[in-house]
Amino acid sequence: MTKVKNSENNVRLGTNPVIAFLKRNGGILIGFLILCVVVQINTPKFLTWNNIVGVLRQISTNLYVACAITMILIAGGIDLSAGAVISLSSVVVATCLVNYGLPIPLAILAALAIGCIAGLINGTLIYKTGLPPFIVTYSVQCICQGIAYVWTGAQPIRLTDRNFIFLGTGFVFGVIPMPLIYLAVVIFFVWYILNRTKLGRHIYAVGGNEKAAEFSGVNIKRVRWFVYAFSGTMAALSGVVLTARMYSGQPAVGAGGEMDAIAAVVLGGTSMGGGRGTIGGTIIGALLIGVMNNGLNLAGVDSYWQMVAKGFIILIAVYVDFIKQGKRLRA
Amino acid sequence: MAEPILLEMNGIEKNFPGVRALDNVHLDLRAGEVHALLGENGAGKSTLIKVLGGIYKKDGGEIIINGEKATINDVKDAEKYGISIIHQEIVLVPEMTITDNIYLGKELGPAVRISRAEMQKTTQELLDSFEMGLSATDKISSLNIAQQQMIEIIRATFSDAKIIVMDEPTSSLSDKEVDALFETVRKLTAQGIGIIYISHRMSELDVIADRVSVYRDGKYVATRVVKETSIDELVALMVGRQVDNYYTRDYNACDEVILEVKNLTNKKVKNVSFQLRKGEILGFAGLVGAGRTETMRAIFGMDAKESGEIWVEGKKVEIKSSKDAMAAGFGLVPESRREEGIFPSMSIKFNETIKVLEKFITIRGVNRRKEDEIADRYMKDLSVRAPGTHALVGNLSGGNQQKVVLASWLATNPKILILDEPTRGIDVGAKAEIYAIMNELVNNGVSIIMVSSELPEVIGMCDRVVVMRSGEISAVLDRTEADQVTIMKNAVNI
Repeated sequence: MTKVKNSENNVRLGTNPVIAFLKRNGGILIGFLILCVVVQINTPKFLTWNNIVGVLRQISTNLYVACAITMILIAGGIDLSAGAVISLSSVVVATCLVNYGLPIPLAILAALAIGCIAGLINGTLIYKTGLPPFIVTYSVQCICQGIAYVWTGAQPIRLTDRNFIFLGTGFVFGVIPMPLIYLAVVIFFVWYILNRTKLGRHIYAVGGNEKAAEFSGVNIKRVRWFVYAFSGTMAALSGVVLTARMYSGQPAVGAGGEMDAIAAVVLGGTSMGGGRGTIGGTIIGALLIGVMNNGLNLAGVDSYWQMVAKGFIILIAVYVDFIKQGKRLRA
Repeated sequence: MAEPILLEMNGIEKNFPGVRALDNVHLDLRAGEVHALLGENGAGKSTLIKVLGGIYKKDGGEIIINGEKATINDVKDAEKYGISIIHQEIVLVPEMTITDNIYLGKELGPAVRISRAEMQKTTQELLDSFEMGLSATDKISSLNIAQQQMIEIIRATFSDAKIIVMDEPTSSLSDKEVDALFETVRKLTAQGIGIIYISHRMSELDVIADRVSVYRDGKYVATRVVKETSIDELVALMVGRQVDNYYTRDYNACDEVILEVKNLTNKKVKNVSFQLRKGEILGFAGLVGAGRTETMRAIFGMDAKESGEIWVEGKKVEIKSSKDAMAAGFGLVPESRREEGIFPSMSIKFNETIKVLEKFITIRGVNRRKEDEIADRYMKDLSVRAPGTHALVGNLSGGNQQKVVLASWLATNPKILILDEPTRGIDVGAKAEIYAIMNELVNNGVSIIMVSSELPEVIGMCDRVVVMRSGEISAVLDRTEADQVTIMKNAVNI
């Protein structure tokens, strides 16, 4: 038996979006600001234009995937294949350019298509077999990663096409890095889907209660297909941008990428259980991880210790959110 | 009956938010008697037992054991007073021996110095005294349900229980096993143990019980000596309420057939054919598992059909998914509200509008004003009690949750509304409200199919009653011929 109580936390569909955003993400936002201040005091180089742009460029490839995985987690799923799809698409775009001499748009399209197909396979298998998404996407991860290695003999493929490299390293108006432009588009798209469309409501519904969604006339298969196909496509985008940034197709470039993305999503308050989450939270989550890595780098901390620090931060942040949630809904 | 009074519970109160589960409830138990508790689901029997067993803390009243006031705050306290509750589900460890189970949890007490051989000897003596014909070294998993239940009882007596509560002990037993159980019960009462006995089988009372107390809607009604009462009197005490006040119904269905189902067949149902008239409430009665829910799921496109046709307003419709069903004018409030009906972590607004998103979400975005309008309107129409449409549905009471589910379907303007157990697990006040809503809906020309296991509700609300048995329709009864006996006759295999 539960009691009706004022749930001031339930602001996802609230009226004022700014206040709603602050209320929902207040905790992690404060954490993020404190982190920025600490890093700045420690290394005054932090708040320079070059460094900020550098951080944003670093996190953008993570965020493409994280935005997509936000939708997957809201819909009650998970995607472990993203990292391997990043690797595979990196290999695909590089071979298309170098070995087959395809024009840049076609090569990119081929990579995105591969990612999309991997996602569709995820969605279809989950729907048709009823296996847990964890198992299905892990299997697809192994398959994709394996193909990437077999295809290249585990060797990187060097790229020289200046136009292609510009797509990952260039600047618009000389100040805005290209990856940030794509990021803006991706964020707007995901935000629009989640907040302004029927599909978005259906994604929340499927994650909130799949059976109730089915009774409500929601096409669950279509929701699954969409979120997984989109996730695959975003992983491929991430792979393409990384390839351009590193002047080479790398068969292992995405290793662990899915976990970095999931970490950002969960830090941002999206529930692993489905039905709850926002794109704004994910952005802050990714920023937090990015600034933390940057701060530790600037302070000259060993990268292995950085991993240890990341583990602790995620644990603490998610636990705090978990406590907050327990108060919100005790049903 | 001059036996001393073992237990007395006076003026027991228990409140849950929004529900008064127990209101000034009384129970007294004499040594050596079997005292049955009777009442409909939700009458307060199990809450009362949980208060006695220390699972719930009472909000008022007193418990007197052996003439002294007892304080029972948790399960341990209850054990101290010699109260033992045997639940419907068996809680023995299947892979351990009878001895181990009997001594389970007592290893650290005085028994710690007892050798294994002694433990086995004592257990064997106990088993023999109940003429169980079992060995102390038998594994629980090798026993049948009745024997396991017996072990639970032996365990209770072994821990020096003076008061044993049996919650529907016969629900999973065969007739022979029931006889054996009753034999055991008589042995216990001969030792002066008092037994509180909960059962839905009225016929057992004559055989086993000495007295019976009746409860209704969380209130104590009366206590009768079994030999001096009749089943009719007990039922009257159980139902008690003025049926006219409870069920709201103006019968004005017309003859126009809005839905015709012809020979619907799939894995669970066979050749189901029936008609639904405009403005009618058609009841679906039958035992659990008779195929009522399965019929509705098949009509609604949730389960595959092997054959059969569905005609709505004289036109044949193809329904392959819930979406098709909604397009054909159907709505379905599912059987289990929590699992299938609500989105608990979402707001009332989200829940109410999820089925009619096209009314306010277009390519140009979300029309918030329209959305609020829909949410506010149905929240008000169905008097959902909550601080606002932003409240999370998971935090509402069962009755209010059900109203939200109903609201979400009313928003779709259904022509045919299927309600599967619409009042299950909700309190009496909310039930009456749901009945009033149903009445208003049919007055406005909506046609309703109500699947229900509560016969009084079927009889009180429906124009006609379809009775199902083993996946088939066994009878279609008119309101005038639908009484409990006729419905049950058709529901059970004879």
